[in-house]
Amino acid sequence: MSILAWTIYLSFIGAGVLLLLPKDEPRLVRGFALVTALAGLACAFCGTLRFHPGAIATVARTRWIPSLGIEYYLAVDGISLTLLLLTGLAAVAGILFSWNIETRTNEFFAFYLSLIGGVYGVFLSFDVFLLFVFYEIAIIPKYFIIAIWGSTRREYGAMKLALYSFAGSAMVLVGLIAAFVLSGAKSMSLLELAKFPFPHSFQLWAFPLVFVGFGILAGLWPFHTWAPTGHVAAPTAASMLLAGVVMKLGAYGCLRVAMTLFPQGLDPWGWTVLGLGSWRDVLSLLAVIGIVYGATVALVQRDFKFVIGYSSVSHMGFVLLGLMTLNPFGLMGSVLQMFSHGVIAGLLFAVVGRMVYDRTHTRELAQLEGMSLNTALPFAAATFTLASIASMGLPGFSGFVAELQVLVGAWHAYPALSILTGVGVLIGIAYSLRALLKAFFSDQPASDQTVPNSGLQHLELSPISTPERIGATILVLASLLIGLYPRLLLDLIGPSFGSPLFDGLRKCVGSSWS
Amino acid sequence: MPLLVINMPWLTILTLIPLACGILLLCVGPERKAFARNLGIGASTVSLLIVLLLWGAFKSASGGFQFEESHQWIPSLGVRYHLAVDGLGLVMVLLTALVVPLALFASWNIEDRVPFYFGLVLLLEAGLFGTFTALNFFHWFLFWELSLIPAFFLIKFWGGPLRSGAATQFFIYTMAGSIAMLLGFLAIFLATNEFDFNELAKLGPGGLAASFAGKVSSVDPKTVVRMAFAGIFLGLAVKVPLVPFHTWLPSAYAEAPTGTTMLLTGLMSKMGVYGFLRILLPIFPEEIRWVLTPLLWLTVISIVFSAGAAFAQRDLKRLFGYSSINHLGYCLLGIFAVATPAAASVAPATERVAALNGVILQMFNHGLTAAALFWFAGLLEQRGRGLRGIDDFGGLRKVAPVFCGLMGIALFSSLGLPGLNGFVGEFLIFKGVFPLASWAAALAVIGLLITAIFILGILQRVFNGPLNTRWSAWPDLTQRERLLAFPAIALMFVLGIYPQALVGAINGTVVRMVERFTI
Amino acid sequence: MNYVELLSAAAPETMVVLAAFAVLAVGLFAMRDVEPAIRRLIEVMIGCVGCTAAIGWMVALPQHTDLLGGIFVVDSVIQVVKIALLTLTILALLISQDSDFTKHVGEYFALILMAAAGMMFLVSSEDILFIFVSLELTSLCLYVLAAFNKGQEQSAEAAIKYFLFGGMSAAFTLFGLSLLYGLAHSTNLAEIAVAVRSAGLDPLVVLGIVMTLVGFGFKVAAAPFHLWAPDVYQGAPLPSAAFIASGSKVAGFFITARVVSTGFAGQLPNQALPAGWPVWASLLAILAAVSMVLGNFAAIVQTRVRRLLAYSAIAHAGYMLLGVIAQGTPATASLVYYVITYALTTLGAFGVVAIVQQQTGDDRLTDFAGLARRSPGLAVCMMVFILSLAGIPPLAGFFGKFYIFSAVLQGSAPGMKALWLVAMAVALSAVSLYYYLQVLKQIFVVPASAEKEIHFRTPLLQQVVLAVVALTVIVLGCAPEWLIHRLTGVTAVAGL
Repeated sequence: MSILAWTIYLSFIGAGVLLLLPKDEPRLVRGFALVTALAGLACAFCGTLRFHPGAIATVARTRWIPSLGIEYYLAVDGISLTLLLLTGLAAVAGILFSWNIETRTNEFFAFYLSLIGGVYGVFLSFDVFLLFVFYEIAIIPKYFIIAIWGSTRREYGAMKLALYSFAGSAMVLVGLIAAFVLSGAKSMSLLELAKFPFPHSFQLWAFPLVFVGFGILAGLWPFHTWAPTGHVAAPTAASMLLAGVVMKLGAYGCLRVAMTLFPQGLDPWGWTVLGLGSWRDVLSLLAVIGIVYGATVALVQRDFKFVIGYSSVSHMGFVLLGLMTLNPFGLMGSVLQMFSHGVIAGLLFAVVGRMVYDRTHTRELAQLEGMSLNTALPFAAATFTLASIASMGLPGFSGFVAELQVLVGAWHAYPALSILTGVGVLIGIAYSLRALLKAFFSDQPASDQTVPNSGLQHLELSPISTPERIGATILVLASLLIGLYPRLLLDLIGPSFGSPLFDGLRKCVGSSWS
Repeated sequence: MPLLVINMPWLTILTLIPLACGILLLCVGPERKAFARNLGIGASTVSLLIVLLLWGAFKSASGGFQFEESHQWIPSLGVRYHLAVDGLGLVMVLLTALVVPLALFASWNIEDRVPFYFGLVLLLEAGLFGTFTALNFFHWFLFWELSLIPAFFLIKFWGGPLRSGAATQFFIYTMAGSIAMLLGFLAIFLATNEFDFNELAKLGPGGLAASFAGKVSSVDPKTVVRMAFAGIFLGLAVKVPLVPFHTWLPSAYAEAPTGTTMLLTGLMSKMGVYGFLRILLPIFPEEIRWVLTPLLWLTVISIVFSAGAAFAQRDLKRLFGYSSINHLGYCLLGIFAVATPAAASVAPATERVAALNGVILQMFNHGLTAAALFWFAGLLEQRGRGLRGIDDFGGLRKVAPVFCGLMGIALFSSLGLPGLNGFVGEFLIFKGVFPLASWAAALAVIGLLITAIFILGILQRVFNGPLNTRWSAWPDLTQRERLLAFPAIALMFVLGIYPQALVGAINGTVVRMVERFTI
Repeated sequence: MNYVELLSAAAPETMVVLAAFAVLAVGLFAMRDVEPAIRRLIEVMIGCVGCTAAIGWMVALPQHTDLLGGIFVVDSVIQVVKIALLTLTILALLISQDSDFTKHVGEYFALILMAAAGMMFLVSSEDILFIFVSLELTSLCLYVLAAFNKGQEQSAEAAIKYFLFGGMSAAFTLFGLSLLYGLAHSTNLAEIAVAVRSAGLDPLVVLGIVMTLVGFGFKVAAAPFHLWAPDVYQGAPLPSAAFIASGSKVAGFFITARVVSTGFAGQLPNQALPAGWPVWASLLAILAAVSMVLGNFAAIVQTRVRRLLAYSAIAHAGYMLLGVIAQGTPATASLVYYVITYALTTLGAFGVVAIVQQQTGDDRLTDFAGLARRSPGLAVCMMVFILSLAGIPPLAGFFGKFYIFSAVLQGSAPGMKALWLVAMAVALSAVSLYYYLQVLKQIFVVPASAEKEIHFRTPLLQQVVLAVVALTVIVLGCAPEWLIHRLTGVTAVAGL
């Protein structure tokens, strides 16, 4: 399985080599970055083929800081593998959609690959300290990619994102240090810590601390506000990675760290306030609010990219809701939704950022309405139609299976919330449809007030390039494949919840785990 | 037939042919019009041939599911790829295979983005085939939604002046219903771990609620089942549609291009009724009984209101749209009446069988007739240079006798004139419903009367009376149009005179379906 | 005890002092007419040789002696700290090699070496009198170093402020120490510890402890006794500032920890205080909290990099005080690790600032704009230093934080009384990312302003030194085991 470790090394080595390549050869740089990303994907894929579902396969394990019991411990289970595959896909697609980066190309792809490397690292780490290290490594490249190559209010968006991420990781760090010390400061291995019986009262405060800390990056309402501004400010590839992969880091942390180490934090408090009797209740409610709120806000946005940005908040709500259902359906759905949203959001951002914005230089829906883009950019229109359909959660695409599983789980745990979620889905359909119609299939020309420059109708838009076509096709096919044959991933994910890592969680949940 | 041929996965092939051809057409450039038209007609004809083949091989006596295909798909969700048809499914598939080629011919004059249009129609056909053959909720729902998207784009791109609003309204309404239905099914799945319609139906009365015990915290199992029922009911009722969930219909039917309207009214509305028969009636008998009286009231209101609304319309397409609601109302009336508890009625099982036979016949007949009527309305609009008001014409009989004759036959079929197909279905429904729910049947008759009045009104205002001089050069049906109209009209006569052709195929199925309500 | 013993124990200090004299002598007699750049180079080399020799001596001959009843102590942990101090001195000398603000080169380098010698004496003493004397020796050198740029008013102002505050803090310290002496009738820390333990909560003891700690608080620039720091960091000649920010921090924190752990730690917990902490711990907790809050928030509004580094130093002083509060081997080891890596990082950052200031004439944030284009190597070094200060893995700053915070919690177990302090520290380090990123934003994001499109010259020596420092920061972060293992070993042996 050690091939999986190469996903990390290749990315970082690639980033280093990119800085050394000549500065005036963007083609070479892009090509090299693409090859590196493809190699990473191939490694992830090979690892998946060799993996036996249900196991926890060690990838690499050596002592790192023996004085503190910290190890360099990489391992995978089905959940990690799913996300590794997603990362590989998103990385390749992101590079294909950054083919038009001409300024400081070397640095762009170097930051890009180091971000990818950090993400791979998080998904592979089975030592909490190592996981945290990779988690933070991923923050800094994000800042630079957005601040240097971004668009609207890029410095603000980048800073907000970095500070939110860092605030979240600060919360996580406090919880982790406390857990480390309480367990005797002997080991930071996830498996060891998960076995340690932390005091109940400790778990009750450490769980929400760590969960919310990771949840910030997963777009947990009301800490989601970095997401729309960050997504909008970011260049296309970064939006794709942010929504596609980085938000998953948060959700993955919630599942992998908060829920496995402090499962008793989900227990009831013993008293209720406003009908909420445990952190589980609170967080499920927040997740559902995120679903409905994100969708509602997306419905009234004027900026095309903001629509997608808020839709990410809404979709990530499903992931968090799935986690809080605490039954195999919901949890599997949650992981599947991570994959699915990664692919679909990547696709949506690719269309909005690369195919539309880079050509029309506007994201105002009111202006796009006047451009009849479905005839000017038919490929973009078709791609966005498919992506919207997938995003609406229509069957056939991966989003449907994932949200279906989450909803089944939610029915189990919170029948009332699942109905509220249904409302959120409906609003989701409405905003997707609205954006689709306004941006691509509008037949009324924009009114003169909204378009000062009425010559926009006659814009000569460059046709969709081959890298874009390939990237879009890859993502659509991935979503379709998982939508039609979800067993490919479900068979990986499902057995993972039976591993010893989740013993504590299973014990806490008790009877309803079946 | 050789064994090899029988064992082919015909139902899958049936769905895949239009699906593949549809996707192919979506990918070709807009200039390949002839190719698109030919491929469209070709694919739908091949489908028709396959359906006829199936029709021939169908063993009607048993009434059970045939041509079954079942494969493991997503075990963790209890999803199997499970296809089969019984009499009901077969009739629906046949109807689809018949109406789609007609609709394609009716769309021959579309000149804008032809491959796209024909591709969407084929996708819609695939969605319909899939819906009518699926026995597992998962892919049933997949096709249910798949059919929605082409319909949306067909209205959106090729519709009338108000198409945008109509398409969006249609989409949102239907999706709202779908989500309610999805949530309902998820609740059921939670309790039973089962998405298969047949397996769910086997649970029997009360079985569903029993399986909820202990699965849902803090809520009464009965309540959850009722919530699930309500969700699924909503999804189906929007699709049929049933008053008051119908408001999307008139504008969608009126704005859609003729060929699309034929598909919408002839086929897609049947998906709703089919859902009632395939899902609600077998799986939720208890819950239907629980709200039986309100449901019957709703149906009666739907029948009478839509007839009245049709009577008040001046626009022919809107008129036919409301009349469609009215006709499908009879179907629902029959379905709900069948669910009447055995204890509450002394009517023998044959009455229920009659009603349910009537319902299926009515579905087929209405599909045929309504499609034909909308086609004629489309021709009127086309020749009337966009006019389609009931008062815009007059005396057309004098200039276009064939046109008026054939359309008149279709109108009479819709009115329910004996000897034509429309009569048999309605007759059987009323025959069955009277003993089961007399008051509802009695009230519903009002609908029949109003229908008769407005249809005769059309005959009088459009065909008879003084010739409107604007239309003195009105062209009669062309050769090609006659060729197209003829099989449809002929089928109306055939089924009117020899309904046994259909009843024979469905009776076995109907008897099985009714069994559970008479015990 | 004999003189040979004394000499061998104090050999490193002697070497440094000799180096200082040599530098002075060379400047005075041999190189009057030599070009300043060459002169600086030669004198720096002499200083470096002296320091390296001292390091070599300690590495080759690890000692364990206690002379004159605690007046001069040498053990392994002290030697580690001394090696760190000497390394910092060498780096400071190398960085100042290029600075041409003064003609009195020899005196300047000699003062740096003298200050280093003072710090070395400071960290090897367990006697309050001797501690005070070495403290003053160090401080006097540093005052002069701060004032060395005679051409600039700011430098004088900084020195005056530093001097006044330093003098006052010395008075506080002396007052506190004299109270303790009066109590214990001894200047030895161990005996003071016995007296403190037996005296309980005598107001005079409390006053003595508080006064002493206030004095040390001045030295390590903990809020609210930090007021001199921003001005000195800003106004003093850059190499002086770098040395004050790095070397004196190491010495100051080590001796504070030493005095607290050997002298005060025995004090009984005061039930009247929250969390049942002893007086000294409560006082340090307050100082730490105030420093972290004030340092981090004040740094946000700074527009000059040196001032920003000053406030960040105050914030870091807060984090380090946590290490003083938590007693025990891991805590001391983590404190030493933290302070050494912090000093290295700060020194590196000052090195970059020095080059930028020399090229652009000022150290405003905007002067760093476009550095990534002008000098990519320097920009990468600065990124490493800044991110390490911000505590981003895998750099030394992150590991230092993790180590010190976990040690603090371990020290305060089982109730994790210090949890609120740790939580606060972590939260505020998230705040700190904002201003650190402001620097990086200028370097990497903002393009250089057009009128400043100057020829950017980075002296090779400095660049190599900075690269080595940056590499060390990365290596200490990625593979901290090497240093930690030694530190835990030596602190355990020293019984700290």
